Amino acid sequence: MLKALEISALKKVYKGGFEALKGIDLTVNEGDFFALLGPNGAGKSTTIGVITSLVNKTSGQVKVFGHDLDTELEAAKSYIGLVPQEFNFNQFESLTTILVNQAGYYGVERSLAHKRAEKYLKQLDLWEKRHAAARMLSGGMKRRLMIARALMHEPKMLILDEPTAGVDIELRRSMWDFLRELNQQGITIILTTHYLEEAEMLCRNIAIIDSGLIVENTTMKALLSKLDVETFVLDHAETSVSPSLDGFSYRILDEHSLEIDVKKSQNINQVFTQLTDQKIDVKSMRNKSNRLEELFVTLVSNGLGNNNEKSSDKPEAGAN
Amino acid sequence: MSSKRNFVALKSIMYKEIHRFIRIWVQTLVPPAITISLYFVIFGSLIGARIGEMGGFDYMSFIVPGLIMMSVITNSYSNVASSFFSAKWQRNVEEMLVAPVPNWVIVAGYVGGGMARGILVGLIVTLVSLFFVEIQIHNIWVIIITVSLTSATFALGGLINAIFAGSFDDISIIPTFVLTPLTYLGGVFYSISLLPDFWQGVSQINPIVYMVNAFRYGFLGISDVSLTVSFGVLFVFIVSLFAIAMTLITKGIGLRS
Ligand SMILES: Nc1ncnc2c1ncn2[C@@H]1O[C@H](COP(=O)(O)OP(=O)(O)OP(=O)(O)O)[C@@H](O)[C@H]1O
Ligand SMILES: [Mg+2]
Repeated sequence: MLKALEISALKKVYKGGFEALKGIDLTVNEGDFFALLGPNGAGKSTTIGVITSLVNKTSGQVKVFGHDLDTELEAAKSYIGLVPQEFNFNQFESLTTILVNQAGYYGVERSLAHKRAEKYLKQLDLWEKRHAAARMLSGGMKRRLMIARALMHEPKMLILDEPTAGVDIELRRSMWDFLRELNQQGITIILTTHYLEEAEMLCRNIAIIDSGLIVENTTMKALLSKLDVETFVLDHAETSVSPSLDGFSYRILDEHSLEIDVKKSQNINQVFTQLTDQKIDVKSMRNKSNRLEELFVTLVSNGLGNNNEKSSDKPEAGAN
Repeated sequence: MSSKRNFVALKSIMYKEIHRFIRIWVQTLVPPAITISLYFVIFGSLIGARIGEMGGFDYMSFIVPGLIMMSVITNSYSNVASSFFSAKWQRNVEEMLVAPVPNWVIVAGYVGGGMARGILVGLIVTLVSLFFVEIQIHNIWVIIITVSLTSATFALGGLINAIFAGSFDDISIIPTFVLTPLTYLGGVFYSISLLPDFWQGVSQINPIVYMVNAFRYGFLGISDVSLTVSFGVLFVFIVSLFAIAMTLITKGIGLRS
């Protein structure tokens, strides 16, 4: 299996002495759809910066499709398409100009670049705006422009740094579809996100980074199975007796709602049976979903000891 | 394979650079034409008549080459300084940094763009001059070589300035405090042979003196300094500024954290 990305013992100390990456190892197979998840300031953008040579690493090694950044930088660069976190195009230039110039930097001739620009602008629903200056676009359009720009040289690996930040649900879903399609065509995709849901919807393998360290690197499936507690919020009719539940940890929020933690091993029917016995009518139930938060709590409370287990969950092979 | 890629990349950067200054032609191409017209009205019609001859030519004819050179210098410099700085500012310089573009291609592309603007403005200014004076040409090759080397020198200077610049102020400091004084003292308006010995000596270390004089030689066949020395000075400047620019970009000064 060809490795699209191999990072070993990567460290980054910023000027001023801040250690943003404390020695990370990461491998992404060709064809994978890989998530890099982590809270603000964890080091996601720094990692991507190093891979794309926008940030100078302090030590460690990075290989892109086998090409070491230190010795074969240009070869490595030609495989990568980058969608950065912040808008970084010339606001005064038209969409077509931005795309065609970018292709040119990768050696794509103008005539071919114009054809590709048309293809991607159409696919990303920006064709109408092709002559507009980039600053005239809405936030969601600007994101899509950066995706189109990253594809102009038809990279084998696409790296997206929080591509769906500030993007509405509908657009987010269509972006997900688009990315899935690219992945099916064989493009390796790495994306960073704050949303577990996004990673869950798209990715096969995942690494979690926190304070410059990889705290988890596994398959999506294996990770989700670690989330063994789900919290539900129940709304019920007003009652004179306050509800009590045997064998569950729960919190009474007010006179008509309560919060219950249900472990994987437990049965949610139990909750209803007990409440029915107490003559309490449940009106509605919802998932108190902040699973990402739970996940972090789980990982952090288990400490970094999890690192030892991770080798047992081998990352799944990619589609190709 | 990679040489073809580099060639396309170089074309793209130059295309982008030329496209930029043409798109904002009111800011880039019109002002030099207005400035030179003012010089002609003031020095030519009003004051020039009283000055009489300089170096054996009437004053207007004497200053034309220097005025053209002055606009070539400022425009080559400021084109690269403002374009590269704004690429840093808007971060679109990253578009080039992530791509497999060797650093020399980035430098060459920006310098090429700066030269294109310097030379185009030089042509515009020359055309405007034709309304006021007759221009003679002594040696076209000297003119072409001097204008190319000078614009390359100052384009490189503008690039280095932009690499170091942290704000828009920083790209106007050098033009205001260094370039303008050197140009005015660079023999545009007078022959340095008119100066007292001491100041003639001081002028020898002003590189612009060599450029203006070589250029004037191309038009009028007169020069305060030897042509060989002029070309030598230009050559040394280009080589050293190129080396500095390459080192800075390779180290990622102001570009990579
Ligand atoms: N240029 C820089 N100089 C100094 N410190 C920096 C620089 N860039 C980032 N940092 C610091 O490095 C740490 C990691 O930043 P990074 O941008 O990689 O985080 P992130 O995971 O991408 O966060 P977010 O989700 O907010 O984008 C942060 O503490 C940040 O303040
Ligand atoms: Mg980030």
